[in-house]
Amino acid sequence: MSDVTTPTAAVADEAGLEGSAELTPGRRGFISTTLRGQPQAIAGLTVVVLFILIAIFAPAIATHSIHAKTGGIYEAPDGNHWLGTDDGGVDMFSLLVYGTRVSLEVGFAAALVAMLIGGTVGIISGFFGGWVDTLLMRITDVFLVIPDLPLIIVVAAIFGRHLINIIIIIGIIYWTSTARLVRAQVKSVRERVYVQRARSIGAGNTRLVTKHVLPQVAPLLIANTVLTIALAVFLETYITFLGLGDPSTISWGKLIENSFLGNAVLNNAWWAVVPPGVAVTIVILACTMVGQSMEDALNPRLRVGHLAVRRFRLRPLHGHLESE
Amino acid sequence: MQRSDYILKRTLFALLTVFVAITLNFVLFRALPGDAVTGLKCHNCTIQFKNALRKDLGLDKSKWQQYVIYLKDLAHGDMGTTFISHRPVRGELWDPIKKTVAMIGLGTVFSIVFGIFTGVISAWRRGTVLDKVSVWTGLAFYSVPTQWLGLMIVYFVADRIGLPHGGIQSPDYGILGNPGTLDFLKDRIEHMILPALTLGLVLYGDYTLIVRSAMLETLGEDYVLTARAKGMSNWAIVWKHGFRNAMLPVVTLIALSLGFILGGAITIEYVFDYPGIGLAIVDAIDKRDYAFLQGAFLALTLSVILFNFIADLLYFKLDPRVTT
Repeated sequence: MSDVTTPTAAVADEAGLEGSAELTPGRRGFISTTLRGQPQAIAGLTVVVLFILIAIFAPAIATHSIHAKTGGIYEAPDGNHWLGTDDGGVDMFSLLVYGTRVSLEVGFAAALVAMLIGGTVGIISGFFGGWVDTLLMRITDVFLVIPDLPLIIVVAAIFGRHLINIIIIIGIIYWTSTARLVRAQVKSVRERVYVQRARSIGAGNTRLVTKHVLPQVAPLLIANTVLTIALAVFLETYITFLGLGDPSTISWGKLIENSFLGNAVLNNAWWAVVPPGVAVTIVILACTMVGQSMEDALNPRLRVGHLAVRRFRLRPLHGHLESE
Repeated sequence: MQRSDYILKRTLFALLTVFVAITLNFVLFRALPGDAVTGLKCHNCTIQFKNALRKDLGLDKSKWQQYVIYLKDLAHGDMGTTFISHRPVRGELWDPIKKTVAMIGLGTVFSIVFGIFTGVISAWRRGTVLDKVSVWTGLAFYSVPTQWLGLMIVYFVADRIGLPHGGIQSPDYGILGNPGTLDFLKDRIEHMILPALTLGLVLYGDYTLIVRSAMLETLGEDYVLTARAKGMSNWAIVWKHGFRNAMLPVVTLIALSLGFILGGAITIEYVFDYPGIGLAIVDAIDKRDYAFLQGAFLALTLSVILFNFIADLLYFKLDPRVTT
């Protein structure tokens, strides 16, 4: 698909060449440009920051120990246990608070891994072009079609079910869309006048990439990473639900799995089922709103794109329209 | 580029991807520690017996020879035998895949119909309360973890509307006499509705947002303004001018997503205990039946490649502007 060119792509490229000032705001004004007049971006960011604070201060916020039985089995919520207890008599509210920690840890770390791999591949591919580009993009195409599960299972089986392995595997699964996005952007930046000018006065590749290309690509990369956080939090619940999660940690995914395995539904314990799912949904929604607003502010043409890059891991539409 | 050239190029790429996928499938599963014989639970087996078994299964040969044998067997449609039931993998795959396809077919039709309907209306009535409600509903379903939505439906919906929430057949089915075809179908469909609804809602979130974005883009085009100036009815503008042109990204994305749905249905089948390919995979993960997993993943990968290929062709067919 990467070699399908449409008039839209041509238009986007032209715009990239000539109207670069409007399309990519400078990095300094980037955050404020994104947030100004975008209530949903501000709301999303507030929610994300709130959850980060909960994760950091988890020990202070949690009301009970999460390693001890502090109540009966599936006790309904009351003044002592704000969200009742689970099938082991552990306080649900405290579990949820500590779960925030692990879920966000996985989300941020995995998105970082995806950003590093995808950013590197995208920059190399877009900057050098030629056979390097072709080779890297074909590798990306292959990664796009491997179903996630065999990778997950193999990693879980060989390296064990540790949190760090889950983080790496999620990063490996999600780097492809980042790579395509960055590559398209780098390709247009590379041709801009000031980059060519810098090249003509003898700037080396390293200097060109770090001083000229990277600053232009960075905002888009950050926006994409924020969206990847949402995907990573989602995929963690998926992996854990299939019994391939880290057995020693409590994440939101683990809480959903526990409620399923512990027959919370049959026991009419809504407090064990509903909260973890609501928490996941809110975080994904918030990250999506922030990331989407950023991408829209940076490049209005991408608007259709990333919503498709999701749980069934579709190829992003912008990769589709704007590559080559 | 000529039509035939394009098709030829895409076909070659698809075939190449199939080959890479098959190879990766071999490599990934041979990378697992131990082999079929190590995993064998049998305390009385002597080392001699195990070695004989290895020889029998061809595991004593070099990896390269095993790879050639694997390719040869695949070319004859032989995917090996399962570890647990010792039946041919191909036969074991077929029955659950049929059940899954029926279920996801129902869910996909639901999501496409409703997704297009609300997406188009939402774009046409942009900025109204209706639009906002539709977008937020779409975003909510987009953010919700699939398995959790399934649990919610089991918990809050199933009993209220009197539909079964597990299995594929009523426990009393066929006890009183021999039921006719109609009864059989009714029973099957009743068991299919809730898992299909879960999948349908999750996909609905994606589709309605994609349709809306695509429609917004086309409704802003000059020819829509012209149509309006000519005094055409709203109906004709929306469907004939707007939707016909918005179809391109929509159809391509839906075709792409179909390839991933087969894998995406895994957690849904697990929650609803629906005996499709997803449940079979969860079962195989549990029992470490790598032979079955390998076959199942090959099937999933092939479905992704097939639908990618279909999307490529559709893209070409729907947009005469496409040139390569």
